[in-house]
Amino acid sequence: MYVYDEIDQRLVDERVRQFRGQTERFLAGQLSEDEFRALRLRNGLYIQRYAPMLRIAIPYGLLSTRQLRKLADISRRYDRSYGHFSTRQNMQLNWPKLEQVPDILAELASVQMHAIQTSGNSFRNVTTDHFAGVARDEIIDSYVWCEIIRQWSTFHPEFSYLPRKFKIALNGATSDRAAVAVHDIGLQAVRAESGEIGFRVLVGGGLGRTPIIGVCIREFLPWPHLLTYLEAILRVYNRHGRRDNIHKARIKILVKERGAEKFRDEVEAEWSHLKDGPATLIADEIERVAARFTRPSYERLSDLDLSTTNLPGFASWLKRNVHPHKVPGYAAVTLSLKTTGVPPGDVSSDQMDAIADLADRYSHGELRVSHEQNLVLADVRQADLVALWREARAVGLATPNLGLLTNIISCPGGDFCALANAKSIPVAEAIQRRFDDLDYLHDIGELDLNISGCMNACGHHHVGHIGILGVDKNGEEWYQIEIGGNQGEIRPGLKAALGKAIGPSFARAEVPDVIECLVNCYLAHRESDAERFIDVVNRIGITPFKESVYGKADQRPSRRSREHAVA
Amino acid sequence: MARLIKGRRVVAENTPSPEKGDVLRLEPTDDPAAVAQRLARAARVEVHFPKFGDGRGFSIGRLLRERYGYQGELRAVGHITRDHLFFLESCGFDAFELREGEDPYAALAAFDDFSESYQASAKRPLPLFRRRLA
Repeated sequence: MYVYDEIDQRLVDERVRQFRGQTERFLAGQLSEDEFRALRLRNGLYIQRYAPMLRIAIPYGLLSTRQLRKLADISRRYDRSYGHFSTRQNMQLNWPKLEQVPDILAELASVQMHAIQTSGNSFRNVTTDHFAGVARDEIIDSYVWCEIIRQWSTFHPEFSYLPRKFKIALNGATSDRAAVAVHDIGLQAVRAESGEIGFRVLVGGGLGRTPIIGVCIREFLPWPHLLTYLEAILRVYNRHGRRDNIHKARIKILVKERGAEKFRDEVEAEWSHLKDGPATLIADEIERVAARFTRPSYERLSDLDLSTTNLPGFASWLKRNVHPHKVPGYAAVTLSLKTTGVPPGDVSSDQMDAIADLADRYSHGELRVSHEQNLVLADVRQADLVALWREARAVGLATPNLGLLTNIISCPGGDFCALANAKSIPVAEAIQRRFDDLDYLHDIGELDLNISGCMNACGHHHVGHIGILGVDKNGEEWYQIEIGGNQGEIRPGLKAALGKAIGPSFARAEVPDVIECLVNCYLAHRESDAERFIDVVNRIGITPFKESVYGKADQRPSRRSREHAVA
Repeated sequence: MARLIKGRRVVAENTPSPEKGDVLRLEPTDDPAAVAQRLARAARVEVHFPKFGDGRGFSIGRLLRERYGYQGELRAVGHITRDHLFFLESCGFDAFELREGEDPYAALAAFDDFSESYQASAKRPLPLFRRRLA
């Protein structure tokens, strides 16, 4: 965990005081609805379908058990005893009261947390690999760099009123587990042949209604220049990004309209004034920030062979939910928040306390939120895995489905969100019920399935191997299916890609049938167990999948009746 | 009611006499480079913020101060409330014409909304990390 110094704490406390004043001025009629909207969004406060929604920042997804217990406490006292982990590694409370939000923020500040810039047209939470610091393929420790970016992007005086929201992702390992190509700025750590550390800079990626893969505008940016270069990009965007149309205001539109080369030239011209200026980073600062992170003290252990452990259910959990660690004798463990029947990413207050207990006993009092809406205990002794598995299973957090079809990423959808065209959660549940046979699920193998309730794409449907998008047709909910998306280069050669729609949309009850058709088509075409769904889509194209779903008109899935399709 | 703050004090408007220099006004789409040659003769530069959330003027302010060396009065005009004052001052503004209805006396407290900034700015040329390490 990064531990605040006196100034970090003071700024968060001052923000609570500022927002309390803004709320009071709004309630007293001194701020207009529009003015207060811009200010409250900067504190993560939305006015939603049924109630306000408060988005709490979990910087780069890293959380201490003290903080998680505070979230459990807040969700009990100010909300309905649960919270939702979002795809942006944050936590959302769906039922707070507007006038109590300043008190909630004060509670958060007491454990070095806040809701600063979790919404609005400003820098958002910088996100990274949930295996940062423990991955075997690590190039740099992402957390140190994310914290440096967090500080630079917090209350930036020049860039607090941007044309639109702005998301930076940083990946510090060889495998891209941060989806850097679909962010406003993506930073991929690179070690040059000389040993020098720097970043490959991608810009203009994003999902939403205009999904675009980011373009590289600098192959190698030496680390001291990170902040001045970001400043140059942001100045070009702040001055020239479109403000006439909210749907054209993201940096991706500016990059597209200017052309990547012209945009890069403008950034470089701006940077020529800022380069080597006072914001240039120095090694002392990197060391200072690194030293403020608490680190587990690892024991000297050897790797264990647990494959012979003969416990029903353990082997599949070990295979799916346990990940390699750079220190011998340790492992990283994913606690699944994707149990059938529970909205993806939702966790009760009691579960939060139980998770905090597990993290205290098995993983040095820390945990991470993944963008797939699960929780990671990153520093578990391999000798403790069986005990942890038993306890996690007892509280419903050991579903062995990481990387599999039922590990669905989903936005809260029309059940909660005022923007949604359609519900997401019941669709996720119906699919999970259809594929509830574990042997079958493991046989299908790795498959990312993502659901968004509208084109804003909070459920990242564009980058699911199968993506489902809720659409509105004359007031009815319909679902468009895409295949072939991919979130990032998790394996060499498999690039980030956007899915393609297979054809006309479906009624909600038809969706599980369609997914089953797609899976059956994959199983019929795969050449071996090692060939995953996405590999087959890339090899044979979408036409065979399309035909398997739409086929002849009388074979449309809608004509079949399946009584267990959707309640 | 006076709505003008200058040098952190509420003041009445005074029109500068022509011999003191020009009053320049920049819209969000204007390029400060275009007026760089005229800054030495300017008595005041006004930067217009047409909407509450339009942040282009913040960049214009910094460029005028940091790149083009403007040292005279730099005034933010338009849809300005106390919520902008801390950031505006950091970006080099020293005069503020508040929107209709905003109490300038109450607004003065907002200059101290925050006691520090992480970033380098027109007001503090060194970012916090350089000052922390000094």
